[in-house]
Amino acid sequence: MFIRTAFAALIAVAGSAAAALDDPQTVLQDPMGSGMWNYHQKGLLGDPADIRFDDRVVVRAPDSAEDSLNVPLLVDATAIPDVKRIVVSADYGPIPHILTYYPEQAAPKLALRFKIDQATAIRASVETHSGSWHIGSTYIDAAGGGCTAPAHAYASDDWEEKLGEVHGRLWSASGRARLVVDHPMDTGLADGIPVFIIEDLSLQDEDGTPLARLELHEPVNEDPAFTFYFDAGALPASVKVMGRDNNGNRIRGVLTEGELN
Amino acid sequence: MLTRRTTLGLLASLPLAPRAFAQPRLAYDLAAKPLADGIWMIEGATDYFSMENGGAIVNVTLMKGDSGLILFDTGSSRRYGDALNTLARGLDIRGISTVVNTHHHPDHFFGNQVFADRPIHALGGTRQAALDEGEAFADNMYRLLGDWMRGTEVVPPSDVIAGGDLTLDGRDFLALPLDGHTTADLALMDRRTGTLVAGDLVFYNRAPTTPSADLPRWQQALDALQAERPALIIPGHGPADPTGESITQTRDYLAWLDSALRGGARSGQDMVELMEMPLPDRFAGMGAQPQEYQRSVAHLFPRIEREELPRGN
Repeated sequence: MFIRTAFAALIAVAGSAAAALDDPQTVLQDPMGSGMWNYHQKGLLGDPADIRFDDRVVVRAPDSAEDSLNVPLLVDATAIPDVKRIVVSADYGPIPHILTYYPEQAAPKLALRFKIDQATAIRASVETHSGSWHIGSTYIDAAGGGCTAPAHAYASDDWEEKLGEVHGRLWSASGRARLVVDHPMDTGLADGIPVFIIEDLSLQDEDGTPLARLELHEPVNEDPAFTFYFDAGALPASVKVMGRDNNGNRIRGVLTEGELN
Repeated sequence: MLTRRTTLGLLASLPLAPRAFAQPRLAYDLAAKPLADGIWMIEGATDYFSMENGGAIVNVTLMKGDSGLILFDTGSSRRYGDALNTLARGLDIRGISTVVNTHHHPDHFFGNQVFADRPIHALGGTRQAALDEGEAFADNMYRLLGDWMRGTEVVPPSDVIAGGDLTLDGRDFLALPLDGHTTADLALMDRRTGTLVAGDLVFYNRAPTTPSADLPRWQQALDALQAERPALIIPGHGPADPTGESITQTRDYLAWLDSALRGGARSGQDMVELMEMPLPDRFAGMGAQPQEYQRSVAHLFPRIEREELPRGN
C-alpha cells in the first residue's frame, strides 16, 4: 500500500516533465480529469483517430457505491445512431474492462452491475458502424475492495447446484428483457481462487439469430444482472439465453412474458 | 503492520509544506435534554455522516442509576465518547457507571473506547457482529469523517445480556432481544417511567437505514415494541415520541420500501432506475432522504429481485 502511494507521488512529479511520448493520436480533454484516460483510449479502444467525449452518451450511476460488489450502472447511447458496440470500463481498478455490449437488434442501452475497487471515473465508449467513437463518463466514489473479495457464493455449500441458473422475464409492452444468471464471477484476485467468469452471453430468437450480445470481463458482479431494451412490441414471444463461461460450462435459458413468482 | 490508515497518517505528518492556515480543533457540541425524571436524551442530527456533523447523528440516552448514570449507546467516535463523558459529569458528578449498546452499527458503539473500564452490555449477537464487522466499519468511518475519528479504535461490548427482567446499576428494565434492523437489536423499557429506548428499530422523521436489515423480522420487532405500550419512545434517530407515531411511521416506510422494490423487480427495472424514482410526499421530507432510500435499493434489491423473477431454465 505504501509502495503504491509513493509510486503515485513519483508519477505525479515525473508526469509533468515527460509529456507527449505516450499520448494517443487524438488527445482529448477529459471532462473527469482522471489521469488514466489517455492510456485506456489506446489500450482498450485501440487508439482510434475519430474519437470524442459526447454528452449524448449518458452513464447513470449513484454518486457513491454503497455495496462495492454490486454497483449499478445504466448506459444509454440511444441518441447516437448506428451503434455497433459499447465498451464499458473503469479508469482505476485492477481490471479496467467491465464488458462490451453489441446491441444487434436491441437499443444501445443497457443496465448492469459491477464490482468496484476504488473511487473512479466510469466510461461508456460507443463505436458506430462507421468507426467513430463517442464517450460518456460518470464518477463513482467508493470505499473499495470489490474486486479482491471472494464471491458470496462460497459462503453456501450449494453454489454449484445453482451455477448457471437463469432468472428473468420479457416485458413486451415496454420492450424490456431482464436477466439474472447465477455465477461467482471470480476475478482471480482473491487469494487462491482462479478466474472463473462468464465470457459470452447473448439473447437469441427461436432461429438462433442474435438479438443482443455481451462479452463479459472479471469486474461484472457476482450473479450478473442485465436489462436489455427493445422497441415496444418488438420482442418475440420467447427469447433464448445462450452463454458460456471460461471453464466451458454452457448457460441455457428461455425468457418469456410468463408469470411472475 | 503498515495499513492504509497508518500510512496515510505517516504521510500526513511529514513536513512536506508549511501549513497555509491552522484548522480549528474539531469539537462536538452536545446538549442533554431532560425528558422525564432522571432521563436525558442527546438528540442527533437527522442527516447522514458528514464532515460537518462529525457523525453526531445518533440519539444517546442517559438515565440515573444508583452509582452514576446509565448510558445507552456511545456515539460515533472516541472524541464523541469523550464529550459524552464530560457532559455526564455535569449531570452527575460520579459520571457514567454502566453502558449499553443497542446494536453494532458504528454510530452507536464507536465511543465505547472511553468507557472500556466500565461494564458495556449488549446482546451476544451484537458483540459478535461488532467483532466481525467493526474494523470494516472503522475503515469506512475514517473515510467519511476524517479527523473526527482520530484515535478511535473498535471496542466491542464486554458483557452479554439476555432478554427479560434486567437490573442495571440498581434500575429495573425489561430487556427485549429483537432483530430486523440488524441481526441483534436490543430495546430496553425503563420500568419506573415506561420509557422505551428503542435503538434503531424505531426511526422518527429520519429515514430508516437498512445495511443489515431483514424487513419481515423488523416488522415483527415493531409489533413486539408496540405491544409493550411505552409511555415515551426514544428512537435511534429523530425526536422523542410520546404518541407511538414513530413506530407507525417506521412500519409504514418499511412496508412501502418492500413493495416499491418488489414492484420494480416485477416491472423489469434495474437499480439505477429505482434509485431515481421520486419518493412519496410523506417520506420525501424525512431526514437523510433520498440518500437513505438509494442506499436501501443497493442493500435490498438484488435479493428481492431473485425472489420475484421467474426461473428461465
